[in-house]
Amino acid sequence: MARTFTEAAIAGIGQTEFSKASGRSELQLAAECSLAACQDAGISPHDIDGMITFTIDNSDEVNLARCLGVKDLAYTTRIPGGGAAAAATIYQAMAMVNAGLCNNVLIWRAMNERSQYRFGQNPNQQMMSYQSGNGTGSLLWCVPYGAMTPASWGALQAQRYMHTYGVTNRDLGYISVQQRKYAANNPAAWFYGKPITLEDHQNSKWIQEPWLRMLDCCQESDGGVAILVTSLERARDLKQKPVRILGAAQSIPYNVEVISNYYHDDLTVMPEAQGVAKRLWKQTGLRPSDMQAAMIYDAFTPHVLLQLEAFGFCKRGEAAEWVKAGGMAIDGELPVNTNGGLTGEAYIHGMNSMAEGVRQIRGTSPNQVQRVQNVLISSGMAGAILSKD
Amino acid sequence: MTAPTDPPAAPKPTRIAPIVTLDAKSFWEAADQEKFIGQKCGDCGKFTFPPRPMCPHCHSLNRQDVELSGKGTVHAWTIPRHPHPFGFRESPIVAVIQLAEGIRFVSNVVGVGYDEIRQDMEVEVCFEPTMNNHKVPVFRPRSK
Repeated sequence: MARTFTEAAIAGIGQTEFSKASGRSELQLAAECSLAACQDAGISPHDIDGMITFTIDNSDEVNLARCLGVKDLAYTTRIPGGGAAAAATIYQAMAMVNAGLCNNVLIWRAMNERSQYRFGQNPNQQMMSYQSGNGTGSLLWCVPYGAMTPASWGALQAQRYMHTYGVTNRDLGYISVQQRKYAANNPAAWFYGKPITLEDHQNSKWIQEPWLRMLDCCQESDGGVAILVTSLERARDLKQKPVRILGAAQSIPYNVEVISNYYHDDLTVMPEAQGVAKRLWKQTGLRPSDMQAAMIYDAFTPHVLLQLEAFGFCKRGEAAEWVKAGGMAIDGELPVNTNGGLTGEAYIHGMNSMAEGVRQIRGTSPNQVQRVQNVLISSGMAGAILSKD
Repeated sequence: MTAPTDPPAAPKPTRIAPIVTLDAKSFWEAADQEKFIGQKCGDCGKFTFPPRPMCPHCHSLNRQDVELSGKGTVHAWTIPRHPHPFGFRESPIVAVIQLAEGIRFVSNVVGVGYDEIRQDMEVEVCFEPTMNNHKVPVFRPRSK
């Protein structure tokens, strides 16, 4: 096969229902969402030739390929860094298509993260995953000190930012309220029909006092999401309107790691997101004002603020006020996490918000933004700009 | 059998023992002896944390473990409430300590109430026992 530069596009998305107890294996969830993505695109699963997931996904490539009847797999890879992998899967898929190495790249993430194991619990086998390939090597330095959950690491990472700019927990509540408003209008969301008020947020229990309450934290969910990436040319002949991957990037600056991220110079910024932003704007020639919506990884609410600032949607320290003024609402400057995000829709490790980015470009979101040309999707250490063809 | 005249035994430590990797072995062995050490490059003299086999600045493998001043400030902090941290009777104050040597270390601030913790407050190292007879460095307000 001749290797020439080939433009990449998303041709299909698929997902299972999002629940707290799927009642079936993670492999089955993976197979169901993968099949749905292929059917959405109108390609046969037999023709998948590349497969990408997260290092911590429990389903094996070969077992999933056996479910789907994949005839001849040409490329497999996995991305480290927990949820930071979400947008990086799209980056990798783009690169594989660009290089002419694959025609149909399947991205999947499927987990029973609520019914089978819970990231938010005290030390257990999942949490101790400081092993190589997970990008979270310093967690072991936290555990003897009672920082044993993602919320504890996340709070410690965000606290100096909150202190420096005087961002209170009540300020974070505006993010939760907006995302639950979106979720309330999204039939796929776990919190469909269940909006909250700022008082509900303030009445939810402390998870990390005095920084994060329950309603600042992403859900724990069971479910699966898959995305099918192919060439733009081929996508034009398939069932859906192609969603171009205009640019995609990953950035892991020196001394940065996922979540137990305390060793880089300035803890009031997210250098990895700044790095992604720099690459994306350079790759595409676009600017923040060229985005009509953004899907921003929101394991915990303060990280939305840090990313909004890193990408240049707000100046440093101003994101909380921007949100309070309605910046991320449907009629705001930049609608953010219109599926309800990981707090409102579900926590499929960020992949459900990536799929929402695709829906916004297609014009099929339950909270559709008008006149969308470009959508930013970010998982902190990676990001992409999705665009209309 | 315990004789009725013996003083009551100190409660057994419930804090989880550190997870020791080969690259951090000397750090935790020193902590067991109530020594707070750091990794200093034997060639360029720069401090590095977390410990690693190679100096990221000059790529020297000449790694020296030197005793640190044990002085620092509270750079970031939080109080884990839910779920209750395993091994702690009361929620600890977890903090990122900015050490005088220019490196950072996640630890606990002890000997202060929840309403007494302050950003950038000056602290100094002390040690607390863990399960399996180990010790970990923690920090208390610096004595004047």
